[in-house]
Amino acid sequence: MNGAGRRPARARRFAISQEWLLALAIVALLVVVGLVNPRFVATRNLQTILLGNAYVAVAAIGMSMVIVSGNIDISVGSLIGVLATVSGTLAVAGWPVVLAWLVPVVLGAAVMAAQGALVAFLGIPSIVVTLGMLSILKGGLISATGGVWISNLPDGYHLAQWSLFGVVPVPVAVMVVLTAAAAWWMRNTGAGRSLYALGGNAEAARLCGIGRARTVMMVFAIHGTFAGLAAVLFATQLSVIQSTVPPNLELTVITAAVVGGVSILGGTGTVVGSTLAAVLIAAIGSSLIFISISPFWLRAVQGALILATVLADMWRRRRRGLIR
Amino acid sequence: MEADGAVAAPLLSLVGIGKSFPGVQALRAVSFDIRPGEVHALLGENGAGKSTLIKIISGVHAADAGSLLLDGHPIRLVGPQAARAAGIATIYQELLLFPELTVAENVFMGHAPRRRGRRLDWKAMRSATEALLESLDITDLDPSQVVGALSVGNRQRVEILRALSQDARLLIMDEPTAALTGHDVERLFAIVRRLRARGVAVVYISHRLEEVFALADRVTVLRDGQHVATRSVAETDRAGLIQMMVGRQIDSLFPKVTAPRGRPVLELSDLARPPATNGVSFAVHEGEIVGLAGLVGSGRSELAQAIFGITPATAGTMRVAGRAARVRSVADARRLGIAYVPEDRATQGLVRPMTVRENASLAVLGTLARLGFIDREAEAKLAADVVARFGVRTAGIEQIAGRLSGGNQQKIVLGKWLAAQPKVLILDEPTRGIDVGAKAEIHRLMSNLAGRGLAVLMISSELPEVLGMSDRVLVMRQGRIVGEFAGTAATQERVGAAMMGGG
Repeated sequence: MNGAGRRPARARRFAISQEWLLALAIVALLVVVGLVNPRFVATRNLQTILLGNAYVAVAAIGMSMVIVSGNIDISVGSLIGVLATVSGTLAVAGWPVVLAWLVPVVLGAAVMAAQGALVAFLGIPSIVVTLGMLSILKGGLISATGGVWISNLPDGYHLAQWSLFGVVPVPVAVMVVLTAAAAWWMRNTGAGRSLYALGGNAEAARLCGIGRARTVMMVFAIHGTFAGLAAVLFATQLSVIQSTVPPNLELTVITAAVVGGVSILGGTGTVVGSTLAAVLIAAIGSSLIFISISPFWLRAVQGALILATVLADMWRRRRRGLIR
Repeated sequence: MEADGAVAAPLLSLVGIGKSFPGVQALRAVSFDIRPGEVHALLGENGAGKSTLIKIISGVHAADAGSLLLDGHPIRLVGPQAARAAGIATIYQELLLFPELTVAENVFMGHAPRRRGRRLDWKAMRSATEALLESLDITDLDPSQVVGALSVGNRQRVEILRALSQDARLLIMDEPTAALTGHDVERLFAIVRRLRARGVAVVYISHRLEEVFALADRVTVLRDGQHVATRSVAETDRAGLIQMMVGRQIDSLFPKVTAPRGRPVLELSDLARPPATNGVSFAVHEGEIVGLAGLVGSGRSELAQAIFGITPATAGTMRVAGRAARVRSVADARRLGIAYVPEDRATQGLVRPMTVRENASLAVLGTLARLGFIDREAEAKLAADVVARFGVRTAGIEQIAGRLSGGNQQKIVLGKWLAAQPKVLILDEPTRGIDVGAKAEIHRLMSNLAGRGLAVLMISSELPEVLGMSDRVLVMRQGRIVGEFAGTAATQERVGAAMMGGG
């Protein structure tokens, strides 16, 4: 009895959460690459890494919520491309900068809510709905704009020109605040809990009065809001906005969510994990340059990260008795 | 172990089998024999180690300690393939069939007869399947039928055929009757007896003691991972077996205390949703347990689902606590104070990746939250309360619910619904598939709840449970109430006759 009683404690000690694992990986990467090339850990470079990828992390927050609820969205890359173009076009057209920031957010929420409605009320699988939307947005954008470059963006449009305490660029602060707020919301509200319930066991959730339709609509609308914010962060860090869809952006966003510990089967995962994963992926990309490895390896590294995460997830689920 | 050389030499001997998982000693020094041509029942409460034991015999798990002797020779079973090669076949509760394939293809999946060039020999497969069907006297199955269209009973027969097609000498059946109706149970018994006559050993796991007495030759009881006894069924009785399983004397399985009957809480009048529910009228009062008896398919679960708004009624009226009530959705029913504990708790009740705490509070998030924010302290208190009140065996409220044993998962689902403090509690097969000890606990709890004024509607297919627990028994047939029996008028014969229909 004694021996059996001690075991769970040991098992708990070994069960490191995905979030801590990612944080450790980031620190290890900074230390190792920093030793090889100290310029990698210079403030300036760290700022660049975070600044250039804050939008991925923000988009991954909404994506994580969608996947936790048992759905998926593959249209987010195209949507961000469209919304960035809208934002830049409005800014150049002389609209107040605040509106150039705000309109894409509202538009993003609306487009995603429409997709959510198709999933929720017509029962079409989310992968099919969003696959359709991906093509519509991507094709529509290139047809409407011809892929024109938007330049001469007004002063005051670029969010990154301001910093908090002189070292934290505004987009990075936005990423941190949104992550914290979303994590807190998912953990401490009934609405947040309903995402986990729906993704974990849709039938049980329904019997507890958690409406699938309402929850799916909600999560897609929130996801759309985050996609809009991501589009603004993306557009405002560029001096020229190319009115096309950033290649494979949806895959990078989904990668961040999955590597962040969000189970693709739904029901588990956190946005702290997805943001840390987005940062880790960005830091790996940058480090390749500093240790003189072709950046084309980044995609392979991302792939390896996904597989490693899924294997770790399966291992953990087996230990928890979720798979037999 | 018995030293009786006179009877047949054991087919399989278990010697000091032990197995532990992280945090649990699942089996400890379990030894007994399985003889050819016997039906050997394996009994024990949930968590007693039955599942682990059959997984070791069928090669899924490797034992940490002890050995297995097949025909007196030690064997090592590495993987289910090795067990199958040794003539050991297992039929699990969840049938492992390919629904899109035919009976013959399922029977011979993995060992299909071949022709030259490794081509499948369809003709041989068909005739071999026919021969197997004939040997078991099964006339209503055809080798070319698609399995997905078959009844549960017939699917199970296909699994048995599959085991026989591999010359199984030892067949392990894990709760084979859990999903079967009366007629199918009889047919299963006939097949098992036929196999026994052929010299096949059958290890039979069931929670229904009647089946043990009807079918088994010997019985082995496990408790807390240890071997309690192996006896000849003829030398045991029901009370003795229950005592061995729980390790204590159970005074009464049905501790019903009659509570004063109060005002009507749930009143139905001509409630209908054809074709399953065709005009049902009755009332359930405060402090009353109403048992709803009927055969499988008589419309009892469908009625419950209509009351709870899962499939809302299309005609008739309903009153809750004296006021007219319209239930068009689950949310409506919950608001009115109706709770429904579904029959299939595994898929409909528990969110497996969530913690015990999160599951316990799932039905009351609305009341636990202020402006949408969950009161964590109140939530933890509620979960601790569920764990304490139901005696849930868990490492703590932060334990992942999917990791608990079946009985404990069911206690959490029940606790979740009671946390909502309903006025009307509908229980669909509240004790199906759970062990005797947990059964008594749940019965005691139902009795307490009724005593505190709750109106309870209980659907059960176990007649002793219906008769033992109910103040009144309603009998359903073809979507209608066809009989009502109160107090001493409710006898096994009368209720049974009403269930079957006049003649």
